[in-house]
Amino acid sequence: MATLTATQVRQQTRRTTWREIKNNRWAYVFISPFYLLYAIFGIFPLFYGLWLSFHTWDGISPMEWIGAENYTTLLTDDIWWKTIYNTIWLFFGATAPQLTIALILAFIINSAYIRGKDFFRAAYFMPIVASSVAVSLIFNSLFGLNYGMFNYALSYFGLEPIDWLGSRNWIKPSIALVTVWQWTGYTMVIYLAGLQSISPELYEAARVDGALTRHIFRHITLPLLRPVILFQVILSIIGAMQTFDIPVMLAGGTQSSSPGGTDRAGLVSMVLLYWTAFKYTQFGYAAAMAFVLFVLIVLFSFLYNRWQGGNPTD
Amino acid sequence: MATTAASTKTKTTQIATTRVPTRSSRRDQIAGPVGMALIYTGLAGLALLTVFPFYYMLVTSTHRSVTILRIPPPLWFGDALVQNYLDLVDALPFWAALWNSFAIAASHTALVLFFCSLAGYAFAKFRFPGRGGLFAFLLATLMVPGSIGIIPSFVIMRYLGWIDTWYPLIVPGIANAFGIFWMRQYIDGAIPNDLMDAARIDGAHEFRIYWNIVLPVIAPALAALAILTFMGNWNSFQWPLLILKEEIKYTLPVALSTLRSLRGTEIGVQILGATGAIMPILIVFLLASRQFIAGITAGAVKGA
Repeated sequence: MATLTATQVRQQTRRTTWREIKNNRWAYVFISPFYLLYAIFGIFPLFYGLWLSFHTWDGISPMEWIGAENYTTLLTDDIWWKTIYNTIWLFFGATAPQLTIALILAFIINSAYIRGKDFFRAAYFMPIVASSVAVSLIFNSLFGLNYGMFNYALSYFGLEPIDWLGSRNWIKPSIALVTVWQWTGYTMVIYLAGLQSISPELYEAARVDGALTRHIFRHITLPLLRPVILFQVILSIIGAMQTFDIPVMLAGGTQSSSPGGTDRAGLVSMVLLYWTAFKYTQFGYAAAMAFVLFVLIVLFSFLYNRWQGGNPTD
Repeated sequence: MATTAASTKTKTTQIATTRVPTRSSRRDQIAGPVGMALIYTGLAGLALLTVFPFYYMLVTSTHRSVTILRIPPPLWFGDALVQNYLDLVDALPFWAALWNSFAIAASHTALVLFFCSLAGYAFAKFRFPGRGGLFAFLLATLMVPGSIGIIPSFVIMRYLGWIDTWYPLIVPGIANAFGIFWMRQYIDGAIPNDLMDAARIDGAHEFRIYWNIVLPVIAPALAALAILTFMGNWNSFQWPLLILKEEIKYTLPVALSTLRSLRGTEIGVQILGATGAIMPILIVFLLASRQFIAGITAGAVKGA
């Protein structure tokens, strides 16, 4: 294949292409499992889900075409909009602090003259390796109203106990707290890897020119880390809109007939979708929820990309 | 790049002789001595807060509710570990769940390593028509939110008769975009083309080249991918929760989630169950934290 010149390629494009394909037939065989599996378990479900969303179906009896009715019902479904609100609340309450704290920590740990980098990195990273169901059980106990460790710590400072998981106002901050605990170190480690590609001489030069730490952070670190941050935020949007494990475990559990805790304050969209489909057996309606969620994820990612990705400030 | 760095350095030394910064004698220190002390205190405090729930887990799994619900809560180990253990294996088939989790994660991981390295090798070392487009498509699928398709995926599994079996937890994702991307990046730089050409001249079959020449060289990349894949599968919850019906087939997270709902379950028993799910992965992490972290960061940063 390497012996062909550009002219020959132009002259006999068709025959050459065919020969190239034949020569490389094993490459196609080697990559085919991904495309086959993705067609079955990735692409087909998306379209099948869209088709389902125009039906009413209990999962067993024949489907019935109802047009856009699921979507019009969804528009006025207060519980659905509440879950969207809760999900977005958790994005800002958990993901935004997590991304910010991670960035600052990465900046500090990356700078020279911090000893024990490996220790801090491993310690902060540790929570992400733990099963979020197991983590929820641990925090469930830490959050205990009368005897939990957190309220004991509060009483130590003379503060009133908080009904972390039982009250409408505290369930979302509690979920956010666990999420931040679990994900900050992970995000930090990714930022850290990005920071290591920035030449230390740049920092030195700026320092010598008399730049303060916050100036360096603002004018060197942030702009150079921009692609990594952008990618990370978009992945976080995709992840946060589908959050399931921690909210379901902290607000009600998997056996609950009405999940989400008091006043459904801890109910997120993915949990409502799951319950609608598999507990209330309204497959069509839940499929419409999935499609709206899909559109929102694409929309938010796109908007963020337009806002931050298009116009580099440096 | 190298020249820029070199010239920056020259410039740095020149200026350093004329204008010595007054705030600190060390040029790239981010704060003065007091500031550094504060920073270390902050970092250590955060590390302590991060690790504390793990410590609490170990301590609490050795106590009964009677002592856990005391003020102040216990911060040192108790003597109820055996009793909690007996209650735990009584409340759920703990060892079966542990084995299920292991068997599913291990077989999924073995298949992922095979299919992803095979496809990664093809993308790295073959120049075939359509390669660019096919690879771009593969990368784009990384951005598609997976659990949105949970309902149709469930219907497919039911159609295949796979509900309440392990197949849905093992088969989808054995050739996944992240793994293929990760293997391609590694193979691209790790294997000289001459090596494969020589084998081809000797008449070796393409699969033989992959198996005998490529696979042995890429062991470090396989190890990192194995750790990540195993961990992801071991910890996954939503999909096994939906697929598995019989208690004896539950994975650990699914089995543990039922503890949350059993009223009156001893707190120590719940936490001991959580310990059982966390410790295997945590021990591997403590032994091989570098490989863990390398695997996760390489994909995320290079993907940007």
